[in-house]
Amino acid sequence: MTDEQTIPAAGAGGRAAANAGLQASLRVLAVSVGPLVAALVLGGLLLLAMGFNPFSYYGYVIQRALFSPSGFEATLTRMGPLLLIAASLIVAFRAGLWNLGGDGQYLLAAVFVAATVPLTLGVLPVWANLLLGLLIGAAVGALWSLLPALLKAWQGINEIITTLMMSFLGVSLANVLVKLAFLDPGTTTPQTRTLPVEARLPRLFDSSVSSGLLIGLAAVIVVHLVMTRTAFGMRLRLVGANPRAAVHAGLSVPALTIAVFAISAALAGLSGAVDILGTHGNVRADWNPAYSLTVVPLVFLARLNGFGSIAYVFLFSALTIGGESAARRIGVPSFFSLVIVAILLIMLGLAEYLDKRHQERARR
Amino acid sequence: MQAPSQAPAASTTAPPGAPVVALRGVTKRFPGVVANDNVTIEIHAGEVHVLLGENGAGKSTLVGMLSGLQQPDEGGIEVDGRPTLVGSPRQALSIGIGTVFQHSMLVPSLSVIDNFALGGAWWKTPDRKGIAAAIRETAGRLGLRVDPHALVSSLSLGERQQVEILRALMRGSRCLILDEATAMLTPHEAVALGELMRRLVAQGIAVIFITHKLNEAVAYGDRISVLRLGRNVGEIAPETLRASSDAENTETIISLMFGTAAGEGAVGGARAARSHGDVVLEVAGLCSDAGRVPVRDIDLTVRSGEILGVAGIDGNGQKELAEVLAGQMPRSSGSIRLMGQELGDATVGQRRAGGLRYVTDDRLGEGTVGTFPVATNFLLKDIGAAPYWRRGIERPEEIRRQAETHVRDFDIRTPGTQTPVGKLSGGNIQKVLLAREMTGSAEVVIFAKPTYGLDVNNIRATRKRIVEAADAGKAVVLISTDLDELLELSDRIAVIDRGRIRGTVVNGEGARDAIGRLMSAGDEQ
Repeated sequence: MTDEQTIPAAGAGGRAAANAGLQASLRVLAVSVGPLVAALVLGGLLLLAMGFNPFSYYGYVIQRALFSPSGFEATLTRMGPLLLIAASLIVAFRAGLWNLGGDGQYLLAAVFVAATVPLTLGVLPVWANLLLGLLIGAAVGALWSLLPALLKAWQGINEIITTLMMSFLGVSLANVLVKLAFLDPGTTTPQTRTLPVEARLPRLFDSSVSSGLLIGLAAVIVVHLVMTRTAFGMRLRLVGANPRAAVHAGLSVPALTIAVFAISAALAGLSGAVDILGTHGNVRADWNPAYSLTVVPLVFLARLNGFGSIAYVFLFSALTIGGESAARRIGVPSFFSLVIVAILLIMLGLAEYLDKRHQERARR
Repeated sequence: MQAPSQAPAASTTAPPGAPVVALRGVTKRFPGVVANDNVTIEIHAGEVHVLLGENGAGKSTLVGMLSGLQQPDEGGIEVDGRPTLVGSPRQALSIGIGTVFQHSMLVPSLSVIDNFALGGAWWKTPDRKGIAAAIRETAGRLGLRVDPHALVSSLSLGERQQVEILRALMRGSRCLILDEATAMLTPHEAVALGELMRRLVAQGIAVIFITHKLNEAVAYGDRISVLRLGRNVGEIAPETLRASSDAENTETIISLMFGTAAGEGAVGGARAARSHGDVVLEVAGLCSDAGRVPVRDIDLTVRSGEILGVAGIDGNGQKELAEVLAGQMPRSSGSIRLMGQELGDATVGQRRAGGLRYVTDDRLGEGTVGTFPVATNFLLKDIGAAPYWRRGIERPEEIRRQAETHVRDFDIRTPGTQTPVGKLSGGNIQKVLLAREMTGSAEVVIFAKPTYGLDVNNIRATRKRIVEAADAGKAVVLISTDLDELLELSDRIAVIDRGRIRGTVVNGEGARDAIGRLMSAGDEQ
């Protein structure tokens, strides 16, 4: 029992604990910012190898995405749906469930919202119409996760497989619906009816930023607080961390599983609704931004922390908006922003490994 | 790692036929647990040496050290009388110790031949014909039928085990370790394995057969060593084993496994007399088929201030009984009354609110969440309860205050209340569980193997807590596989065997013998 002798009883060294706390937070900072710097440097080397000037690329991306008014507003607007996806993933992952079907839930919700909201526009006032759109989005998303949720809750069938399969089905079904059932009779291009600009989510102040950003921010923060501060969140985390302990503590794991799926998929559906109601106004055939699978690495980079996710989503949003401009101007492919995210993930894994090794050495 | 500094007394008197492999005073510690404590065992050629013990008795650790996976902290291993360092599994093989683990170590997608060729040099094409011939020759010698070209995935578990035994022999093993070899086999295959072991020893191989099943030990063993709580508590020599009937041998083994043969008979006086109050827990005709071992017709009553021990060999329905009482496992019939109130199908939470508490023996598996802070683990069973949550919102101040009280009252050694509980030692994790289950409105506390895997100090502290709980008027159900513990603490002791209560003994003069009789009576046939 050597470790018992060296560990002081609790409360003995409050000062030392505070000091250790500071060190710990410094280390967390190094572990989370260090990989970012490394990823940008490696990405720069990659650009160099491709024959581009990394400084002019990064400079252009930053200039376009952050310092040009229209670009910055686009960056913020894009964050709305991404943040809702992040909230959806945080709920599921913290509860130990891999809802990887966000893309299907998002797109189906988007298609149903795009198909119904223009029709009810004349009947309902604008605000009620928007509210209806958000509700439809959340409901459709949640509905599309019902099958994986029931299979997981009752039979323990791996939700990674079922949600991914339902996602493929959902994306295909969404396309079929756009091309056949929800086709706008007024145009020749295969797309749904378009929601007039004045009937979309209101813009913030005098900018072009959609209020979808506020919905996204609110969702992430609420999810974060629910997961960390409430009894419901603790139940979900308990199921996620150790399902057998949850049974031992008397929780109904199947009921919680279904609840998690419903919340997570509803948030993914809400993301689709916000994207349609705030930005696009309609869904064109074969359109699939595949936000869900791109946000998965971001929430992991943020270690499922809501506020960290906001930072990473902002970074990613800026990278894609700037990257899309840079693609047109400099010729660097627009998917290069995904390359940066991928390098970032690898760097993060490496940092975590080094950190763990460092800690083990310190313990000896 | 050093060789023992002084020659052990046993090796000076060389018995006829010196041991092939011998463990000399081996001790192995893990954080919070002494897995093996000064174990000395000699393995002789031409003998099936059975290592018998319950789960957690230290069998696996011994195998790990013999097969080079782990090194002893004290003492050493001798091969052919010379102190030898078994540093790796490869080294163990090279000195002739081959191990067949409980779970198959073969690659299912490869043929038998290719599995045998796996250890060969990577730049050479394996001599498949030669290997096939060697397999047939060795198999024939042992009376086995093995198709060298068969895919391992097409073989039954018993056949896979035969293949592994062949592989160990063909790599030159003189000492063959079979770790829980019958655990995965059908009864028919187990008998075949027993016969194979007889043929192996007939060829001069030393076989170490690890099991926790008494009937197999008696049926196939030449020599039986019994491990209990990491110590070698006794050995039955071949002469004794042959001279006695199977029933007599079984009785001897049970008394060794549970310490019913231990000399100190006057344990009864160690208990202070307590006055018992009203019946708090009343179980009648309780049955459940939900677990691995079906529980049948359980009748128990426990009064306030009373400790009811439940004795039995591990895996005879103790865990199922505890889980049905706690509400974790559904009952199929019977009644459980808590202070006169029928519990029926009440949930875990309702039973807990009614005062029924359960201290599980699977501390990290289900009792706690290793990554959660100590403070949170105190509340795992009370999520959402006042005053720690108000309208579903956490109140960190209240949670911290409770955690600090528990840490102080239960003497939990932790750097802080926010430390992940998985970083604490086994003894301190147990204290976290005790704090959670013994405070508040506890009326009945069920302890499942409360001192299992703890060191001496923590065992003493835990037993003291149990007595204190009874002194404070709580009704205690103490499930244990350690008879000394039961005799030290209990007022009455029920004996459980294959899911049934075989009888209840009032603790006192002669209780040890009475329990031993109930146990071995249940084990015949």
